[in-house]
Amino acid sequence: MKKIKILLGASAIAVAGFFMVAADHIDAPAVQGGTSDITDFYAFQGENTNNIAFVANVQGLLSPTATAAAAFDENVLVEINIDTDGDNVEDLVLQAIPRNGKLYVFGPVAPSTTGLNSVIQTSAVQTSVDITAYGSTAVTATGSNGVMVFAGPRDDPFFFDFNQYSAILSGNAPGGFNNPGTDTFAGSNVMSIVIEVPKTLIGGTGNISAWVETKSK
Amino acid sequence: MKNIKTIVYALLISAVAFNCSNDDDNTTTPQGPTGIDFSGTYTQDDQMGRPAVNTVFVSAGSKNSFNTTIPSAQDAAFQSMFETNLTGLSPAFANPGDQNALGQDAAAFTSLLATDVLNISLDGTTTFYDGTNVLTGRALADDVITVELLLIFGGEDFTENPALSDDHVDGNDKTFLSSFPYLASPF
Repeated sequence: MKKIKILLGASAIAVAGFFMVAADHIDAPAVQGGTSDITDFYAFQGENTNNIAFVANVQGLLSPTATAAAAFDENVLVEINIDTDGDNVEDLVLQAIPRNGKLYVFGPVAPSTTGLNSVIQTSAVQTSVDITAYGSTAVTATGSNGVMVFAGPRDDPFFFDFNQYSAILSGNAPGGFNNPGTDTFAGSNVMSIVIEVPKTLIGGTGNISAWVETKSK
Repeated sequence: MKNIKTIVYALLISAVAFNCSNDDDNTTTPQGPTGIDFSGTYTQDDQMGRPAVNTVFVSAGSKNSFNTTIPSAQDAAFQSMFETNLTGLSPAFANPGDQNALGQDAAAFTSLLATDVLNISLDGTTTFYDGTNVLTGRALADDVITVELLLIFGGEDFTENPALSDDHVDGNDKTFLSSFPYLASPF
């Protein structure tokens, strides 16, 4: 196992200039390349302006040929944490976890404990949706509390000339960025979870903050 | 230059490890309203609020620990590292008193960033930055990298280091949807 790691490490260094980190893609050694690696997090007002849509993407840089085989991990909980009172501690969570082809979303609900360890709040309102297969039309579901859910492969919405940024940092691009630049993430996919929530369930008005965590068993 | 090198090494190192998922506990004990097993304790692997924060500001040896530090503890644990890396990386923060276009000096800017949460307004426009609204959310089409490059390299009025402050990739390669689930279909 150790040897494999070393070999992989050596080959990874050779291609690192292309596959390196951006946004949150492969941001740290412990998660890089695994099913719990977060690539991006978004939060924006929905088409229905009474709602906020959260997007949590994992498993970045999937090529089209790799996407059909990509799957959410039943041992990885994707948890959106919401702080409604400005202390940077979660007051509410949305917990998303796959089981047998479906994604189950619990909440928003006050977690029984805050911090690094979570248990799934199974008594919270639950919304489940079939995970959309690669190449199929998006399947969505709406729970009894008005929470809408989607899960499946999507085009990576992130865009950045990451290769040129890397060249700049390594001293190989004295002229800086190119104009136009080249989107390093063009043509690649991610595994995406989209959860749209009525604002009334997450504070109603004013300012909140949120972040996404992946947690594994 | 040395700091830039350090950051490059950080990026390199972060690309070389991999992990495996422990998938040996799929034998289910029915429980809960669905009859599906959701039991157990789940322990944090990764964390993210704003884009590219761990990537850009956390030194190589601390990337895992940043991901497993709760946001309320991140400022105390990481702000000084962020400030060191910012002033080393950007000529726009090389001198004492330098600020970004939000009027933040290096300490204030990195204190904002070190607590890695995404600020969201429930009262209207949600955007990372649209020229008027600042940090009221993050929309799919927001050019967050250029915003961050401008805040890092652009100086007090976004005019410093123009070759470093815009990557000139202004939008996604596929059009987003106007309706749920908003993201474009995969390639």
